[in-house]
Amino acid sequence: MLLIPCPWCGPRDEAEFHYGGQAHVAYPEDPAALSDEEWARYLFFRDNPKGLFAERWSHTAGCRRWFNAVRDTATNEIHAVYRVGEPRPVTA
Amino acid sequence: MADSAAESTAERRSPAAAFAARFEAASAGGGLRLAEIPFLTQINLRVDPKSPAAERIGTAIGVPLPVEPGTAAGGGDLEVLWLGPDEWLVVGPDGAGPGLVERLIEAADGEHVSVVDVSAQRTTLVVAGDRARDVLAHGCALDLHPRVFGPGRCAQTMLARAGVVLVAGEDGFRLLVRSSFAGYVAEWLLDVSAEYVAGG
Repeated sequence: MLLIPCPWCGPRDEAEFHYGGQAHVAYPEDPAALSDEEWARYLFFRDNPKGLFAERWSHTAGCRRWFNAVRDTATNEIHAVYRVGEPRPVTA
Repeated sequence: MADSAAESTAERRSPAAAFAARFEAASAGGGLRLAEIPFLTQINLRVDPKSPAAERIGTAIGVPLPVEPGTAAGGGDLEVLWLGPDEWLVVGPDGAGPGLVERLIEAADGEHVSVVDVSAQRTTLVVAGDRARDVLAHGCALDLHPRVFGPGRCAQTMLARAGVVLVAGEDGFRLLVRSSFAGYVAEWLLDVSAEYVAGG
């Protein structure tokens, strides 16, 4: 079980959270102008790194806020958490 | 149904009313006290904490909205629990709902605020006494030591996989449990407390 530090509530059990996939996927400026392939890329194509990955989490059983976390996908170590709207912190 | 008319005029019954006798029996040993506080008024309040409306609301109900995560503030017969950075639960005595909603809306004065009476959503269970922490520790991952989670602290978390609002008081804890989970949580509390009751 992961211990995830919610930026509002502090460290809580993984079971209190929902996973929200890759963070910082920006909505296209002009969606109508995209080709089908570009739209599909926006919707479905995500990074799948081995190592640090910025992802979204929601503290569903607690404050119910979305936030971002930088997690190492190989070790599950969480290197940083930060609130929505804050830039991704620099992590080693 | 033939008895639907009778039901509509029936006395209201709290979600854990059926457990009163078993709660009392479990509390007889003295080390633990289980009880239900039924029908408390609960108002869900959402407002930007930096807005003038938040300040006016704090003044109107006599309790400044606590802005530190996981804290509760009390004053008079009201208690305000922090649920999120822009969300609070105002808890008051039975019957205070309509008046309280009116006061909150009046204090908001047309600003972007949400005030919803959710009194029927949850009931309140008391887990108090020397053994209260041991009982809750069976199903709650939070550190409940008074140094970390003493009076004035509250948290939304999971107890035995059921979502609860946990409020620390001077003599124990109050659990705000959703009505549909109240029976399950009451059964769970009684089950867990067996070892502390039997031992005295």
